[in-house]
Amino acid sequence: MANHPPEIDAATGRSTTGHEWDGIKELNSPLPKWWLYVFYATIVWSIGYWIVYPAWPLVTGYTKGLFGYSSRESVVVELDALKALRASRSTALASASLEDIQRNPDLLTFALAQGKAAFGDNCAPCHGLSATGARGFPNLRDDTWLWGGSLAEIRQTIAHGVRTGDDRSRQGSMPALGGPNGVLKRDEVITVANYVRSLAGLSVRQGTDLAKGKELFETNCVACHGADGRGNRELGAANLTSANWVYGSDEATIVETINNGRGGVMPGWTGRLDDTTVKALTIYVHALGGGQ
Amino acid sequence: MTAQAQKTFSLAEAGSMLAFAATALLSLVIAAGSVDQGYTFHALVFAAASVAAIFLIGNRYMARPVSIPLEIDGKPNYNMEPVKFAVWASVFWGVAGFTIGLLIASQLAWPALNFDLPWTNFGRMRPLHTSAVIFAFGGNVLIGTSFYVVQKTCRARLAGEIAPWFVILGYNLFIVVAGTGYLLGITQGKEYAEPEWYADLFLTVVWVVYLLVFLATIWRRKEPHIFVANWFYLAFIVTIAVLHLGNNAAVPVSIYSPKSYIVWSGVQDAMFQWWYGHNAVGFFLTAGFLAIMYYFIPKRAERPIYSYRLSIVHFWALIFLYIWAGPHHLHYTALPDWAQTLGMTFSVILWMPSWGGMINGLMTLSGAWDKLRTDPVLRLMVVSLAFYGMSTFEGPLMSIKAVNSLSHYTDWTIGHVHSGALGWVAYVSFGALYCLVPWLYNRKQLYSNRLVEWHFWVSTLGIVLYISSMWVAGIMQGLMWRAYTALGFLEYSFIESVAAMHPYYAIRALGGAFFVAGSLIMAFNLIMTVRSGEEAEQEPAAALVPAE
Repeated sequence: MANHPPEIDAATGRSTTGHEWDGIKELNSPLPKWWLYVFYATIVWSIGYWIVYPAWPLVTGYTKGLFGYSSRESVVVELDALKALRASRSTALASASLEDIQRNPDLLTFALAQGKAAFGDNCAPCHGLSATGARGFPNLRDDTWLWGGSLAEIRQTIAHGVRTGDDRSRQGSMPALGGPNGVLKRDEVITVANYVRSLAGLSVRQGTDLAKGKELFETNCVACHGADGRGNRELGAANLTSANWVYGSDEATIVETINNGRGGVMPGWTGRLDDTTVKALTIYVHALGGGQ
Repeated sequence: MTAQAQKTFSLAEAGSMLAFAATALLSLVIAAGSVDQGYTFHALVFAAASVAAIFLIGNRYMARPVSIPLEIDGKPNYNMEPVKFAVWASVFWGVAGFTIGLLIASQLAWPALNFDLPWTNFGRMRPLHTSAVIFAFGGNVLIGTSFYVVQKTCRARLAGEIAPWFVILGYNLFIVVAGTGYLLGITQGKEYAEPEWYADLFLTVVWVVYLLVFLATIWRRKEPHIFVANWFYLAFIVTIAVLHLGNNAAVPVSIYSPKSYIVWSGVQDAMFQWWYGHNAVGFFLTAGFLAIMYYFIPKRAERPIYSYRLSIVHFWALIFLYIWAGPHHLHYTALPDWAQTLGMTFSVILWMPSWGGMINGLMTLSGAWDKLRTDPVLRLMVVSLAFYGMSTFEGPLMSIKAVNSLSHYTDWTIGHVHSGALGWVAYVSFGALYCLVPWLYNRKQLYSNRLVEWHFWVSTLGIVLYISSMWVAGIMQGLMWRAYTALGFLEYSFIESVAAMHPYYAIRALGGAFFVAGSLIMAFNLIMTVRSGEEAEQEPAAALVPAE
C-alpha cells in the first residue's frame, strides 16, 4: 500500500517517488532553478556582508570587517554632527538673557524651535500638544496666569515647579474650608460658591443670599483672592473674575474646590532639562499668546 | 469468570492516579502557605484539576473494555477523541482570542475602553490576546492536527491511552492558568513567555509527554517512511521544548510565591528572549503550520505533493537557519554588532527556504487549480500560502538594518505579524478545521459551503484593512520619529505621532471586527455540520473506535 514502484502523474507528466501515506503521494520534481539560484545569491551576499561588517565571534573579540564599522561609533558621529549644526546658536542661547533672545530674530527662531520640541516631549502630556490645558492643568494660551506670565515668572515656574518641595518652587495652596472639620458649613459653602460665580458674571442659583455670600467671602477668602476676587500671583491664588478656570466654573466643581481645597503639582525641570532648554521653553510658552 | 473480572488497572492508569493524588496534595499545601491571592487561586485550580483527573481516569476504567485493540479487522483503531476535543478548543479559543484582539485594537483607538480597571487595561489584555491566539488557538490546532495526521500517515493508533488526554487537557489547563494569571497581574514580563515558573514547569511536563506520545506513535508506524508533515511536527515539538526551557530558566522566590527571577540579565536576557521569540514564530507558527499544510492541501486537492526533494531541502534549511535569526529583533541596541549582522544575514538567507514551503504547497495544486473555484476550503488554504509567502518576504526585508531603522518599534511590525498570523496561521488552521470536522464526525460535507465563502471574504477584507492601515501607520511613525528641522531639532514630538495614528487604529479595529465576524460564521458552520449534517455513506476508520 505504501511503497509502489514510481508511476507517472498524468497532469504534470512527472514521476512519483513511490511513497504513499493515507493516499498522499509525492512527485519527484527537481528543485526549481530560480529558487535554488536566489537561495545561493542570498548566501553569497551574506558572505560579502560578513567580510565588510563585524560578523563572527572569535575566542576573544570578533571579526571587525573591512572598515571596522561600529554602530556605537556611528551614532556618536551622528550626534556630534547634530550638535555641530546647533553649536553656534546653542552657545549664544546659553549666554543670552531672555530679553536679548526676544530682541534677536535669529536667536528667537532658534529658541522657539527648541522650545517647541522640548514642549512636545515634556509638557504636552499635561498641558496638551496645543498648550490649551485640561481639567486641573492650566491653559497656557490665555492671559490668565496663576503664578505670573512674565518671562521671569514663567522661567521660575518651569525651573522649580509648583508645590514640589524644592525651596524655590511655587508654594501656597487652596485650603479645604468645608467638610466635617471645615470652617464653613454645607449651606455656607454653596452660598459662597454662588457668590464666587457672581464675581465672574456667571448665573447664580435662585434664592442665593449674595450678601451673606459676600460676608463669608470677606471672612474666609479675601486674604488670598483679594476683596475684588482678582487673586494674588504671589500665592498662586486664582483670579475669580476671569472667564478661565483650571478646575471648572460650575457650582458643583466650585463647591468641591472649597470643600476639599486644591493643591495641584507641576514638576520642577531643573536637573531634568538643562538651563538652555528651560530658557527655550520659557520663550516658547511666553510666545504662545498669553505672555506678559 | 466474566470479562469484567479480568480487567485490571493498567500501569499508566494506576501511576497517573497516584501522580495526580500527589499533585493535588502538593497544590493544597501550596494553597495553604501561599503569599499571593492569585497564586492561591491557581493552586486550588491545580488541586481541583488533579482530583477531576483521578475521577476521569476511574470513570474511563469502568467504561473501557478489558483491552483496547490497536487494530480492528486489520485496520488501525484510530483514537480520534482527543482530536475532537482539540478541534472545539481551537474554535473556542480562536473566537475568544480574536475578540480580545478587537478589544485591545479598539483601546488603542479609543483609550476610554480601558475602563480604568486594572484587569481590563491594555497591559493585561495584550498578553491575554497574544497567548490566546498563538498558544490557545494555534496550540490546540497544532496538537489536534498532529494527533490526527500522525495516526493517519503512520497507520497506527495514537500511543498511550491516558497520555494523549493528559497532553490535550493539561495543555488547556496551562492556558487557563496563564490567562487568568495575566488578569490577576501574575506575569514574568517576558513577551510571549509571560506565565510564571509554576505554569512553565507544568507546561514542561505536558510538553515532554506530548513529545513521547508523538515519537511512540511514529515508532509503531506501519509505513516504511516518515511523512513530511511529521518531520515538521517533530521539529516544532522538540524546538519549542528547548526554547521554553532556555528562555524560562528562572529561580522562584519561594514555593509559596508566584514570583521568580530569570537567571539571565541585561543584554543576554534580551538575546535569550528574542532567540525564543523569533523561534516561537519559526517553529510554532511556521514549522508546525507547514506540517498542517503538507497534509491537508494534498489531501483536499487530491494531488501528489509537488516535490519530495524540495520538501527535504527546505525543511533542513529552514530548521538550520531559523535558529540564527533572533538578533534581528535587537538591531541598533546594546547587542554587539556581530550578533546583529548574523541575525540579519541569516534572516535574508532564510527567504528561499521559507518560500520552499509555499512553492511546494502552491505547485501541489497544478492539475487541480479549477478546484479553487468550487472548494472555498481549499481556497482558504491556498490564500494562506500567499500570505505566508508575502510575510516571509517582508520578514527578511524588515531584518535588513537600513529598513529596520525605519520599521523598528513602529506599527509596521504589528502589521507584519498579523499578515502572517491572520493570513497564514489562522487561514491554514481554518482550512484544517473545515476539513477535520466532517472527517471526524463522519459527515458527507460541511453544513454550508456558502458560509465558508462568506467567512473567506469577510475575513480577507478584514486582513486587508488591518495590514494596509498598519503599513501606512508604521511608515508614517518611522518617518515622523526621524524627521529633523533645519535648525537641528526633532520635527515631531512622540505624542504628535500618537495623535496621528488615530484614524489608522480605527481602521485596524474595523478590520479586526471583520475577522471576528468571520470566525463566528465558522463556529456556527462547524457546529451545524455536526448537529444537522448528513452522514457520510462510507464508514471511515475513525468510526471503528470501540463502544465506550
